[in-house]
Amino acid sequence: MSKFIKLKKGFDINLAGKAEKKIAEVGQPETFAYKPTSFHGILRPKLKVKEGDVVKAGTPILFDKTNDKVLHAAPVSGEVVEIRRGEKRKILEIVILADKEIEFESFQKYSTSELSTLTKEAAIEQMLAGGVWPNIIQRPYGVIADPAEAPKAIFISAFDTHPLAPDFDVLFKGQEVAFQAGIDVLKKLTTGTVHVNIDADAEVSPVFSQVKNAQINKFSGPHPAGNVGVQIHHLDPISKGDVAWTVTPFGVIQIGKLFLEGKHDASRVIAVAGSEVSKPQYYKTYTGASIKKFVEGNLTNDHVRYVAGNALTGEKIAINGHLGHFDNLLTVLPEGDQYEMLGWILPTTKKLSFQRAFGLLSFLNPKKEYVIDTNTKGEPRAFVQTGVFEKVMPMDILPTYLLKAILAEDFDEMEALGIYEVIEEDLALCEFVDVSKHEIQEILREGINLIQYS
Amino acid sequence: MKFLRDALDKVKPHFEKGGKWEKFYYIYEAHDTLLFAPNHTTKPKGAQIRDAIDMKRMMMTVIIAMIPCLLFGIYNVGYQHFLAIGQPDAGLLDMIIVGAIQVLPVVVVSYAVGLGVEFAFSVIRQHPINEGFLVTGMLIPLVMPPDIPLWQVALATIFAVIIAKEAFGGTGMNVLNVALTARAFLYFAYPSQISGNVWTYIGADNQALDGFTGATPLALGATTVETGEKVVTSLASYGEGWADGLYSFSNMFFGFMPGCIGETSTLMCLIGAIILIITGVGSWKVIVSVFAGAYGMGWLLNLLAVNEYMAMPAHYHLVIGGLAFGAVYMATDPVTAAQTETGKWIYGLLIGMLTVVIRVFNPAYPEGIMLAILLMNVFAPLIDHYIVIANKKRRLQRATV
Repeated sequence: MSKFIKLKKGFDINLAGKAEKKIAEVGQPETFAYKPTSFHGILRPKLKVKEGDVVKAGTPILFDKTNDKVLHAAPVSGEVVEIRRGEKRKILEIVILADKEIEFESFQKYSTSELSTLTKEAAIEQMLAGGVWPNIIQRPYGVIADPAEAPKAIFISAFDTHPLAPDFDVLFKGQEVAFQAGIDVLKKLTTGTVHVNIDADAEVSPVFSQVKNAQINKFSGPHPAGNVGVQIHHLDPISKGDVAWTVTPFGVIQIGKLFLEGKHDASRVIAVAGSEVSKPQYYKTYTGASIKKFVEGNLTNDHVRYVAGNALTGEKIAINGHLGHFDNLLTVLPEGDQYEMLGWILPTTKKLSFQRAFGLLSFLNPKKEYVIDTNTKGEPRAFVQTGVFEKVMPMDILPTYLLKAILAEDFDEMEALGIYEVIEEDLALCEFVDVSKHEIQEILREGINLIQYS
Repeated sequence: MKFLRDALDKVKPHFEKGGKWEKFYYIYEAHDTLLFAPNHTTKPKGAQIRDAIDMKRMMMTVIIAMIPCLLFGIYNVGYQHFLAIGQPDAGLLDMIIVGAIQVLPVVVVSYAVGLGVEFAFSVIRQHPINEGFLVTGMLIPLVMPPDIPLWQVALATIFAVIIAKEAFGGTGMNVLNVALTARAFLYFAYPSQISGNVWTYIGADNQALDGFTGATPLALGATTVETGEKVVTSLASYGEGWADGLYSFSNMFFGFMPGCIGETSTLMCLIGAIILIITGVGSWKVIVSVFAGAYGMGWLLNLLAVNEYMAMPAHYHLVIGGLAFGAVYMATDPVTAAQTETGKWIYGLLIGMLTVVIRVFNPAYPEGIMLAILLMNVFAPLIDHYIVIANKKRRLQRATV
């Protein structure tokens, strides 16, 4: 039974610099990185390679000792040139100098008809060995799924409503067969339904609209309608004890290709967007690409911040940094480290605010695109304003109370107020609109870690 | 403006860690951030962009919403002064001058003393200056009688900021509305100076007219319980000869009557309400429900009326006393009000109802809104508690299905 769900709450952040719908040619980046930091809950990462080793696309390079069946694979073939570490020797990036011609580890191939007879065990085994398992993220907690678990359902959000989000039609054009194969494999892993959730307000790529073996649901409304967490909340919410899995369309396609083509294919299309990019457009590359080639000579201004991912949930990286496993977007924002005389009170139409106390007349021009820099626009304060989080949260959850329960480390309250239903991205808009400038996503992850590990 | 920025940057090191005025860092910071929006950027992980609004902007919006009340208050203090001494034909400018001389010192004392306390606490406890006082500092003068001694304003402000706010940890943590605490402090500490003939400024050199009593509509209403006179008649006949129709319904709505500096005019409060509502800073649910609660309770008392005060038409309750001011500026305080959306309805309705109940049934307190709001401040967390429990129950029920 497919569903149509209309969401009213939320807020679309219209940033300037949307990527033009064309795939541009640029030389392939020299280095690619695998970033364990893209995943939550990797507790004791162990490297399987060292600097100087030569790997193929799909060669296992890392695993988590607490979940050692799940192998993490190299996205491209080449030489491991650097293991970047952070504080306490935390592994940040495994950097691979890519071959000109990518070589692949070979795995068993299946024809479409063979896929239907494939057993669940064989499917899981191939996914683990082929390094595509980390695409499956478990709710609650937003960590890599445990292969031994049977989820009540699998959810795939086939659109993205984040600021400057890439168009999935461009990203996944022509991947119908691989996507369908991925769905067929995922269907074996759950006793419940595989949900593919599409955008009711835009044209939907045939990759998603024609899919079989899954329930197609339509969502309409502003961001965060595209967040899989919001979709789960409305389709089949997670209560204590439930486990659901989520996969991105890229993950589904990667899984499909592993079975159809017998290789770990990390090739993907990414968007480079933002007000500071001279030519915001799409590029063909691989997971974990170095961003240098895409931005050099392509900026209008050099005082910028490179954000792997989108402006709401992304991560600041350096010019020689790499995109993460889930990133299909590089956002370039102006760095906001300047003072502004009476900036907090002067009337202006250039700044974007969800709140009418600032953007009173912005409703007159709803399509207007804004240039927003990385300034915090104010200092941290105690919780004062009420009711605004609820306006951007299309879930039956009281964010203020949930956050206060986390700050008080009250486990029962956290559970009762719905911490199992959310991960960072679901509260990112609350962080954006917060007058008191709290680090809401960080607070939430602390709460999730408390619940998960104690 | 670069020279200003340079000057600030030049002295900044003295206030930073290791500097000679290290202790006073937050006083420096308060001035710095007031002049210049700071250069802070977002953290490497999480939301990389932030909404343009901040606490200062939000608080400033409330102050802007109070300006109509302040301006009208200044005029009205002068107007009532000349009315009471028998010179109703005095010029507008004269009225404004008299009003300003009487009102502005109260505003100045409230801000100066309050900010002094804020600064002292920021030094002692090393926390940033709370913007909340920007609003409180304006609310306090507006709920004071025009004749209030300035030392009492200072004392009340100190008491309110320390006991009602800083003791709880500052803006955002307080249980009671700070400005109302100041008013309540005076009410209980100096009852003789905050009742009687304080609602109209006469001035030491002037003589009030014959027939001037200084009674407010609420006091007149209360006396009808014993006299058995109709409230409306009693109000209409007040001021006969020297200020005909002083307590007519329209006069009370527009605010041309004696009372606290900023709260006599329902119209000005409504203008403030519109500003608060369209900017989204004040909760329309609270404002509407306070009025609805008061009107509903007034109407209910009409039905049950056993004395004349109970029989006073319900709509009179909306324009006399400080109900409108309380509903718009005090009840909507986001920190002390109920914080859940459903809770706001209940909170506001109860404030409105209690106000009327206290007015009509409690002979000791002619005005009920102050006590009603303070009482509901205390109950607001309880209201929220039940709303939150309802949310948890929904989640729990789902689990068993």
